Amino acid sequence: MTARTAACPNCGATIEFRWSSAVQTVCPYCKAVLVRRDLDLEKVGMVSDLPPTSSPIQLGTEGRWQNDGFVVVGRIVYRYDRGGWNEWYLRTMHGGDAWLSDAQGDIAISSSAKEPGLLPAADHLRVGQQYVIDGTRFRVASLTRAHYAGVEGELPFTTWDRDESLFADLDGDGSGDTPRFATIDYSDGAPVAYVGTYVELEQLAPKNLRRIEGW
Amino acid sequence: MSAPAVASLTCPQCGAAVELRTLDQALSVVCASCGSILDARDPNLHVLQEFQARQKFTPQIPLGTRGTLKGEKWEVVGYQVRRASIDGTDYFWDEYVLFNPYKGFRYLTQYDGHWNDVQVVKTVPKQTMHGEQPVITLHDETFKHFQTATAYTEFVLGEFPWQVNVGDKVIARDFVAPPRMLSEERTDDETTWSLGTYMTGDQVWAAFALPGKAPHARGVYANQPDVYKPLAGSMAKRYLLFVAIIAALVFIRLVTASRETVFATNAQFLRPGAPADSLAFVTPSFTLRGRTTDLEVTTEAQVDNGWAYFEYALVNEQTGTTYEFGREVSYYYGRDEDGNWSEGSRRDHALLPSVPAGQYFLRVAPEAQVPTPFLEYRIVVRRDVPTYTPYLIALALLALPPILVGLRAWGMESARWKESDYAPSSDDDDDDE
Repeated sequence: MTARTAACPNCGATIEFRWSSAVQTVCPYCKAVLVRRDLDLEKVGMVSDLPPTSSPIQLGTEGRWQNDGFVVVGRIVYRYDRGGWNEWYLRTMHGGDAWLSDAQGDIAISSSAKEPGLLPAADHLRVGQQYVIDGTRFRVASLTRAHYAGVEGELPFTTWDRDESLFADLDGDGSGDTPRFATIDYSDGAPVAYVGTYVELEQLAPKNLRRIEGW
Repeated sequence: MSAPAVASLTCPQCGAAVELRTLDQALSVVCASCGSILDARDPNLHVLQEFQARQKFTPQIPLGTRGTLKGEKWEVVGYQVRRASIDGTDYFWDEYVLFNPYKGFRYLTQYDGHWNDVQVVKTVPKQTMHGEQPVITLHDETFKHFQTATAYTEFVLGEFPWQVNVGDKVIARDFVAPPRMLSEERTDDETTWSLGTYMTGDQVWAAFALPGKAPHARGVYANQPDVYKPLAGSMAKRYLLFVAIIAALVFIRLVTASRETVFATNAQFLRPGAPADSLAFVTPSFTLRGRTTDLEVTTEAQVDNGWAYFEYALVNEQTGTTYEFGREVSYYYGRDEDGNWSEGSRRDHALLPSVPAGQYFLRVAPEAQVPTPFLEYRIVVRRDVPTYTPYLIALALLALPPILVGLRAWGMESARWKESDYAPSSDDDDDDE
């Protein structure tokens, strides 16, 4: 992963990319949302300040998961009527990607399913339905309609044109040593499944965590 | 650069400053001045619920207190009092929300001086039935169902990673494997599992450096570890060791005892019915050699349906030390509708536990009541004769501690389950009130 630089079309600051193939980034200085068009960046909007977070993760946090190193390159803040969470975008040393969500202190890491099977359309989703994803049986535990409350850093898609999306959270059947979960993401219209596990932060051997006053 | 850990906001209800210690991880925050429950995610903190608790509670650990649990630092950020009504009685307990930005949330519960260190479990545990009693297995540990109750939120303070309301209702099921407790909380929307580990008040006081002493715990709590059961087990094992040692000592004694006959009379005769004084005599003197040991006096009298009584005095000729004792020999027999019967014995053994070496004689005052004209008897004195009595007494005394501890273990276990859904129905009479 070579860090590449570009100039912010809004404020002229130099933007360093952690991930050379990012589709969208946010200028850390002027908060302009920038979308890559060939070699240039185009300003498509502005983000308002992100709400103060107590998350220990930040852009540039590194760690290891399943024998692969990763670096946090982007973040989406989701909100829904009864809560909210951070979804951190990870690029791995082997060229893959994953999402690390942190919600009310629970940390979970997931990547897109290899064998998602046949996934239901959004309007056919019901709590209690069961699906086998990547060989594990999952049960739909809750449906969340969340909106984008903010973004920062580099992302694999554009978010400025998105507002709300539907997520289905699925619980594993409790087998195995690690608590597994799955998410079906409907933000692109078509369902995309992610599978992952809940982890303790120290299991990721994290480096460059955010320093929080007094802790 | 480090990020600030606390945000300061203003309560829209009363204008007081509201501190937010968990920032975006909080969903609800309670204004400390007016008790309004506020939406922690809204910068203007809109009011979710005005203060409506029926009574005020004060947490034993003040909000903002930091402590160390299992080597990790935690800050108390929230507090709620919950209530369950069981058989018409209200039970209240405390729940503390603990936060560490690097670890997430953790909880402490307190009831009657009993504490639990609680963490949310993400794995969905598997339930099976053990007869009538549901059983949960988690990480190879088996938890027995203890109680199912409806729990209500009575009072809240501080921050919560969920939307809390006074009056919130959950169905709570507790499963125990002391010192752990697995709890399920079910609402219409979701089911959460958490795993608690028993802590004493003293441990909590030490962990949070609280002033004074922790209040004493009352009764036996559902997952309070049984200190007596493992103790009773190790004591029983140790007792078996004692039994082995004593058996070895008995064996050694049986093998090495000399059983030396130091004196024996020939056959003696006495006239039944004569007063003891008139028949009294002294034996020739005899010598005890060797170490101080026991002395056995065997009295063998050919009594037939009668008794003989021997008043003995063993006298040390040098020192004058006298050992006085009386022995009765009686033997009765006959025949009735059940057949032949007999009672008593013609031979009696008296044991003097510890007699030093020296020159001794016996003074004997016999009397008898038998249907025969003469009674034949004989006296034999032996030293260093093995006996089981002291060993049996030792075994009995050594058995007392394990038995007492075992009884306490049993008592604690029944006290524990008395508070459960599986209590013996003996206290049903309380229900009539």
